[in-house]
Amino acid sequence: MTAPLLEVRNLRVEFPTRHGTLVAIDDVSFGIAPGEILGVVGESGAGKSLTGSAIIGLLDPPGRIAGGEIRFNGRRIDDLPHDEMRKMRGRHIGAIFQDPLTSLDPLYTVGQQLVETIQTHLPLNAAEARTRAIRLLQETGIPAAAQRLDQYPHQFSGGMRQRVVIALALAGEPRLIVADEPTTALDVSIQAQIISLLKRLCREHRAAVMLVTHDMGVIAETCDRVAVMYAGRIAEIGPVSAVIHTPAHPYTVGLMGSIPSMAEDRLHLLQIDGSMPRLNAIPPGCAFNPRCPHAFDRCRIERPDLLDAGATRAACWLHAPPARLAA
Amino acid sequence: MSSTLAAPSGTAAGMEDTPLVEVEDLEKVFDVSAPWLNRVVERQARQFVHAVDGVSFGIARGRTLALVGESGCGKSTVARLLVGLYAPTRGRIRFDGVDLAAAWRSAGARSLRRRMQMIFQDPYASLNPRWNVFDIVAEPLREHGLARAPDAPPERADPARLQARVTELLQSVGLSAADAGKFPHQFSGGQRQRISIARALATQPEFLVCDEPTSALDVSVQAQVLNIMKDLQRRYGLTYLFISHNLAVVRHVSDQVGVMYLGRVVELADKAELFARPRHPYTRMLLDAIPDVQMSGRARTPVQGEVPNPLHPPAGCSFHPRCPHANDRCTRERPALLLQGRARVACHAVEEGRIAVGERVSA
Repeated sequence: MTAPLLEVRNLRVEFPTRHGTLVAIDDVSFGIAPGEILGVVGESGAGKSLTGSAIIGLLDPPGRIAGGEIRFNGRRIDDLPHDEMRKMRGRHIGAIFQDPLTSLDPLYTVGQQLVETIQTHLPLNAAEARTRAIRLLQETGIPAAAQRLDQYPHQFSGGMRQRVVIALALAGEPRLIVADEPTTALDVSIQAQIISLLKRLCREHRAAVMLVTHDMGVIAETCDRVAVMYAGRIAEIGPVSAVIHTPAHPYTVGLMGSIPSMAEDRLHLLQIDGSMPRLNAIPPGCAFNPRCPHAFDRCRIERPDLLDAGATRAACWLHAPPARLAA
Repeated sequence: MSSTLAAPSGTAAGMEDTPLVEVEDLEKVFDVSAPWLNRVVERQARQFVHAVDGVSFGIARGRTLALVGESGCGKSTVARLLVGLYAPTRGRIRFDGVDLAAAWRSAGARSLRRRMQMIFQDPYASLNPRWNVFDIVAEPLREHGLARAPDAPPERADPARLQARVTELLQSVGLSAADAGKFPHQFSGGQRQRISIARALATQPEFLVCDEPTSALDVSVQAQVLNIMKDLQRRYGLTYLFISHNLAVVRHVSDQVGVMYLGRVVELADKAELFARPRHPYTRMLLDAIPDVQMSGRARTPVQGEVPNPLHPPAGCSFHPRCPHANDRCTRERPALLLQGRARVACHAVEEGRIAVGERVSA
């Protein structure tokens, strides 16, 4: 395997509060190869968006990286000074957020925002930047791009705005794009357009993508590998088809079973009873053990790390090697 | 034109075949004009949105009709019209044979209100944060005098009966009696939606209107809520109108499905029929647009275009600008919802046989 473009090692994100420190992300490690699309999936509060924010250096205070490291192209970026991280962001790492309306400034035309972003990161004059902006809009499938460049965000529909946001993210020719729920606010038909657009553009621009979403369908259609997060940790990580068809972690099994299927009729959906623990009440041992149908003693005491589980890696004692189990 | 799928009333069909809810040519127009002064100064005309434009359907007792469509297609407006939160501009809604427009103004409106309830999308906004769960669930019981002692006046609820009934309701949705003393903020989204369901069930309604009840929930929690809703339907013989934009959820809960586009029903069919043989090009497009979790590798036709501005819907068939099969007639003439095989479809191309009924290969 080639050297990873992005490497996250033992990342820990904490929120100090009056009632003690909350650990929102705990010992998360993964890598993204150049040009690869990694999906990060999980339910609300699993820490998937925070992982994305930590990578692009936009953790909201008081949240802070309390441990581990993030390397981009071999260089550590989690401890960069504010100004250097600003240069990194946009130029090397692009970001796409969920709500296209709040990602755009309503007081500036789409063109002004694109030109500003392009000129911040690339040595182009105003005219060249404008030409590039038009080309970017055309690439994202916005009709009559030259005219629409001078319009304001409110004159664009939701799907069109998200195209503008994608154009903005690509403006600096970044090698990694962190996309946080890019299609969640959109209707299904528009969602399908945006997903295929994102896939095509990232391939053309040879950008790697970290796609954060709660929608397993979007992951299945888009990603090469997927990391399933639960209560601030990675429960399972592996190639998409393996995670979907032969999930190894009981949480992934439950998650897949709870998705209503288009292909088969079931009287009952498989349900995982209970809900994800709050950050201040994460149980000892495996965080999933109170909801897990297979939990045994070890799960309640000792926290599992990612273990080899066939085609994927799962943080579950069911996949502990027999030798260690006997010991 | 009556286009209920169930047997039309007036036939000799038995009681169970008469739809509980019948909607005929329902229309709701909203006035979205600028204020009077602006209209005069800026010489604007008044503007109207046809949120619901000639919708007809029927729901048989104990069954579930799902309305599905993208944002702005009018599905939530239909829900609100049915429970009387909006008054229809035109058309008729009949509930158990009674015309609702007249019934809401009659003396029987209160008992009618008891028989239909609504579950809203956002469990964070639909529960009063200052009330504890007991008060929330007990409110409809008090309001309708459903927990009074045998000869007490209706407004005096009997505390013991109230307590027993609230406990029973909470348990029926998988919560415990101890939860009654808590406040909404102490619950997760899925638990709050259960409280909404318990509140809706308090009056022992026959008809529940569910407006995107699981859209705000995570999938594992959504599964819990959908399972509860199906169990309750079986246990109490409830009739559901289920509004959703999620076709997979619709497929799981419904018996019949109506697909809406820009205020109109474009296809209405039994669930199995609709998913096996979608006829309207918009239905096919929607089905194709769903990301496929199973990765069966089926080819997807990328969807073109976006939903037009409902202020200026296209003439003729409102789907024609996005439709690959549109011809001249589609741009001029609005298609009616006609019976085609075992589905009702509003499409000239289907009617003329220009597009074949495509069988969907399901894995």
